[in-house]
Amino acid sequence: MSKMRNNEVVEKKDIDLSQYKVEKVPEYISEVDIKKLPEVEKSILLHAGVDLENDKADTFLMKNQTVVHKATRQSGVELLDTNEALAKYPELKKLHWKLIDPNTDKYTKFVYDNPESGYFIRVKKGTKAIFPIQSCLFLETPSVVQNVHNLIILEENSSVEILTGCTSKELGKDGGAHLGITEIYIGKNASLTYSMVHNWHESVRVRSRTAIYVEENGTFISNYVLLKKVKDIQMNPIAYLKGRAARARFNSILLSYPGSFIDVGSRVVLDAPDTSSEIISRVVNKGGKVIARGLISGNVSGVKGHLECQGLILEDGGEIYTIPQLNGLSPDIMLSHEAAVGKIAREEVEYLMARGINETDAVGLIIRGFLYEGLENFPNVLKQEIDRISDELGAKGY
Amino acid sequence: MLEIKNLSIAIDGKEILHNINLRIENGKVVILFGPNGSGKTSLLMAIIGLGNYKITSGKIIFKDRDITNLPTHERIKLGIGVMFQRPPTIKGVNIRDIAKFLGNYNEEEFRSLAKLLKVEHLLERSINMGFSGGEIKRTELLQLLLQKPDLSLIDEPESGVDVENINLVGEAIKKLLEKTYTAYSNNLPMKDHHKKRKSSGLIITHTGLILEHIPADEGLVLVEGKIVCKGNPYEIFDTVKNKGFNECLKCAIMK
Ligand SMILES: Nc1ncnc2c1ncn2[C@@H]1O[C@H](COP(=O)(O)OP(=O)(O)OP(=O)(O)O)[C@@H](O)[C@H]1O
Ligand SMILES: [Mg+2]
Repeated sequence: MSKMRNNEVVEKKDIDLSQYKVEKVPEYISEVDIKKLPEVEKSILLHAGVDLENDKADTFLMKNQTVVHKATRQSGVELLDTNEALAKYPELKKLHWKLIDPNTDKYTKFVYDNPESGYFIRVKKGTKAIFPIQSCLFLETPSVVQNVHNLIILEENSSVEILTGCTSKELGKDGGAHLGITEIYIGKNASLTYSMVHNWHESVRVRSRTAIYVEENGTFISNYVLLKKVKDIQMNPIAYLKGRAARARFNSILLSYPGSFIDVGSRVVLDAPDTSSEIISRVVNKGGKVIARGLISGNVSGVKGHLECQGLILEDGGEIYTIPQLNGLSPDIMLSHEAAVGKIAREEVEYLMARGINETDAVGLIIRGFLYEGLENFPNVLKQEIDRISDELGAKGY
Repeated sequence: MLEIKNLSIAIDGKEILHNINLRIENGKVVILFGPNGSGKTSLLMAIIGLGNYKITSGKIIFKDRDITNLPTHERIKLGIGVMFQRPPTIKGVNIRDIAKFLGNYNEEEFRSLAKLLKVEHLLERSINMGFSGGEIKRTELLQLLLQKPDLSLIDEPESGVDVENINLVGEAIKKLLEKTYTAYSNNLPMKDHHKKRKSSGLIITHTGLILEHIPADEGLVLVEGKIVCKGNPYEIFDTVKNKGFNECLKCAIMK
């Protein structure tokens, strides 16, 4: 790759954070009855995969910097506000700001230097949570920066599903910013399915920093979906597989629209024998620029990794760069990657039309097929919204 | 059922079908013969109106309606079904996804047809992805049997199909064209069944094997984009088998 091209690829959009207000985190918060939230808000949350009427989930809701609801009915599962947890359990200091260095970049530093808030989830040793935990990070006021810091701990032999829906109200041209720090610790034999929907207003700018530490035979599965137009977003979570036979899988679905700048990737460090990982991403581009990254680093022998990125460009003018990187630091490792970017084949659309399916539905079917193919066990709550949007994309032609 | 009048078709500006005239009556089966590259598949694709096949002159009438300028899916909705010679692979889209659009059938019917065609193991797979030659034919036929078209356009149903499967394919096409007396007659006397039956077919074949399964009514020979002969399908097949398409050109009753 030529130098010039390389520079273009690593282009970064700078955010001037001084344009946003930092809200204080209130000392005392009265719990909100989430079932009594206005219907508009409920509907916004629902599009981000968070169903407040769902009695089969524990729910956490944070508006701007304020945690307004957190409740768990499951024994062995703790769901708190991060600040509250840090006050209650001083020993958490050993985990807080440990996987992520505050000096990583200016956004991380900004969260470190300013009031932050977020969820703390701990699943006790041996607890297999029956209900998922749904958490919603809601940006509701224009010109505000939301500083999030989440801490997730899965003790030995525990498991849980967490769904995080990040969303905002219509914020007008002033928009808002979301800076998210998430540190995740997965103990021996523990398993976390971590799904996230980003469904922002088009004026929102996002910087998300996530790191995951996985011990022996632990499993981390991430399902990430970016559905709506966002101004710009940059994230590149990293999983450190530190114990023997630990696994990580990142599934990502990214939809891009004109005017969006999306720089999203996943990284895995295979740092113990028999660890394995897969990074699978699907990008549908209706405009805007997408950089889809993937990095797997094999540090010891006997590890396996596969990276796959496929892009579908629906309209001229959209761009997709895929940057798959494999780092083999030891002999006897199996790392592979596949990347492909293309258009919808006319022949496929016509085949479906020859079954009596109109062009809109045919394109919708093909987009949906493209998105799901190869994504194992993708959560149904996320699928509903993706299906709806695939149909919409089909309807707008291609 | 179908009438094609003076139809000429061009691909990328080059005319490949010249002045085609063709008529298929209700309930009749017409066999289309012709050497490789003569334009048989193109004719089928033009009938359903795929984008590459530009009509330069002529008309297509289906059930007394001019469909020359209708989009593909609307022609299909009027009652045309196609079995593709080489259907594309569509990642992540399986037969069930497509079947949802195919109309009137129930789950029980779906399952029994899938079983009959031995495609149960293919229902959840991406369509045509890694399917064997025979599997492609059988899944194409499953879709047609669910769709229940009045006119079936069938492109080389037997190519790449082994001896055992050819019987299966033959039976399925028979069913599709309502030639299976017991299945469709509802105990009507044969003469009434004939009257009631309207399923028609246009079948492309090189091997003629399908003629052993389906009673065909008429044969056409297409050479270099022109229909050069029309007649008894069994007689035409016999001639082509023994003397080749050149014999049809010599005869060229259509000149
Ligand atoms: N999409 C296309 N683009 C360019 N040329 C085409 C296209 N489709 C068909 N042709 C050409 O038109 C001619 C007729 O092709 P067609 O597939 O209709 O033949 P066929 O009679 O079905 O042959 P076969 O018996 O081999 O299936 C051939 O010369 C073919 O190369
Ligand atoms: Mg052909």
